[in-house]
Amino acid sequence: MSNRKPETGAFFPRDRAWQPDAYTPWYKTSVLRSPQKALLSINNTLSEMTGPVFGHDILGELDDDLIHNFAKPGESAIGPRIIVHGRVMDERGRGVGGALLEFWQANAGGRYRHKKEGYVAALDPNFGGCGRTITDEDGHYSFRTIKPGPYPWPNGVNDWRPAHIHFSVFGHGFAQRLITQMYFEGDPLIPLCPIVKTIADPKAIEDLIAPLDMANTIPMDASAYKFDIVLRGRRSTMFENRMEGN
Amino acid sequence: MPQSLNRLKESASQTAGPYVHIGLTPNFAEIGGVYADDLGSRMLTGDASGERITIKGRIFDGTGTPLKDALVEIWQPDAAGLFNSPSEMRGSADPHFTGFGRCATDMANGEFVFETIKPGPVPYPDGRMQAPHVTLWIVARGINIGLHTRMYFSDEEKANADDPLLNRIEHRHRVATLIGKRDGDVVTFDIHLQGDDETVFLDI
Repeated sequence: MSNRKPETGAFFPRDRAWQPDAYTPWYKTSVLRSPQKALLSINNTLSEMTGPVFGHDILGELDDDLIHNFAKPGESAIGPRIIVHGRVMDERGRGVGGALLEFWQANAGGRYRHKKEGYVAALDPNFGGCGRTITDEDGHYSFRTIKPGPYPWPNGVNDWRPAHIHFSVFGHGFAQRLITQMYFEGDPLIPLCPIVKTIADPKAIEDLIAPLDMANTIPMDASAYKFDIVLRGRRSTMFENRMEGN
Repeated sequence: MPQSLNRLKESASQTAGPYVHIGLTPNFAEIGGVYADDLGSRMLTGDASGERITIKGRIFDGTGTPLKDALVEIWQPDAAGLFNSPSEMRGSADPHFTGFGRCATDMANGEFVFETIKPGPVPYPDGRMQAPHVTLWIVARGINIGLHTRMYFSDEEKANADDPLLNRIEHRHRVATLIGKRDGDVVTFDIHLQGDDETVFLDI
């Protein structure tokens, strides 16, 4: 972590028009799982302005390498080898250092390693599907994986998920806690997906699509995709209402 | 045209989906050998001071069926009301208590369980004291953006009556949806996503 003084102010309110609504009946599971009463809007307190921050001591050597972290010694997962990298920033454009990112995904055939998974595609014995890393002090991260496959799912009779990687992100305050999904540039399934369409603003969807990044491919090894993530920003004026001095 | 504020927009949330366990509790998902422990599975890392309690409950959908594929995270201060966080400026929290817990709901009965300590009180931004509470964050298939709520304690009637957040709840009968029922060392907190007993969720 840097020697920058930690920021402690309240976070900007969440833009609920930009974020998906809870009730999105075309994504059928949301119908019975969406709160129907208005949320209670309230300013942050210390319970949300603080949050857990994790150290590198939790990370194992292969946590950021999904090609190898579940593979037998000397073997590797099957699929197009990719690097995913980017930067975690806040809404003020500042890098968020020390942010724990956790990822999970299907294998190259679109199959998850999970007991509730029912798709006929084959499991890859060398692919578990989970990984994690922590951003550097400027908010940068990268990890290695295989490109996941798209897959059908029971919603409509013929709904398909575009290829995606799930991201879970911790910032510096619990109010910043976020789970999202990264999609891949050029995937024709993106605009058809009922889960993508829970987001109303096309610009907000575009912000979840990672472009191919030829400048960061590793020749004869892996192609690269760049995916930046933005967390809620903190108020920074000296007039912030708080218990301690600014 | 005035100057631009030059702000970025927060990345849009997407559901955690049915396979959230693979990423967040891989050992629970029987993906062994990648991480030694599931993150947040132990909140007490030594001889933490304070009253040891168990928080348990279930999350119910609009038909009253418990969610068996949800994930709950909690965040709370130590017994003295201090958070184990770099953003905590008021002092140093108990080093044997992380304050952070994560639990997948049981795949058979939908129950979540946290072994923790009873939190101390924390001030509201205006200086008034809040009643002791635990912050919860719930994600699952069918939940498009994580749900924030709080659990207060049934044995803190006086503090609850003065709590600034609980006092903001217009429909007073809904306050009860945020009170965990304490019986000995066990505090039961059921969460209802819809219906007459819908839990108060927070835009915070």
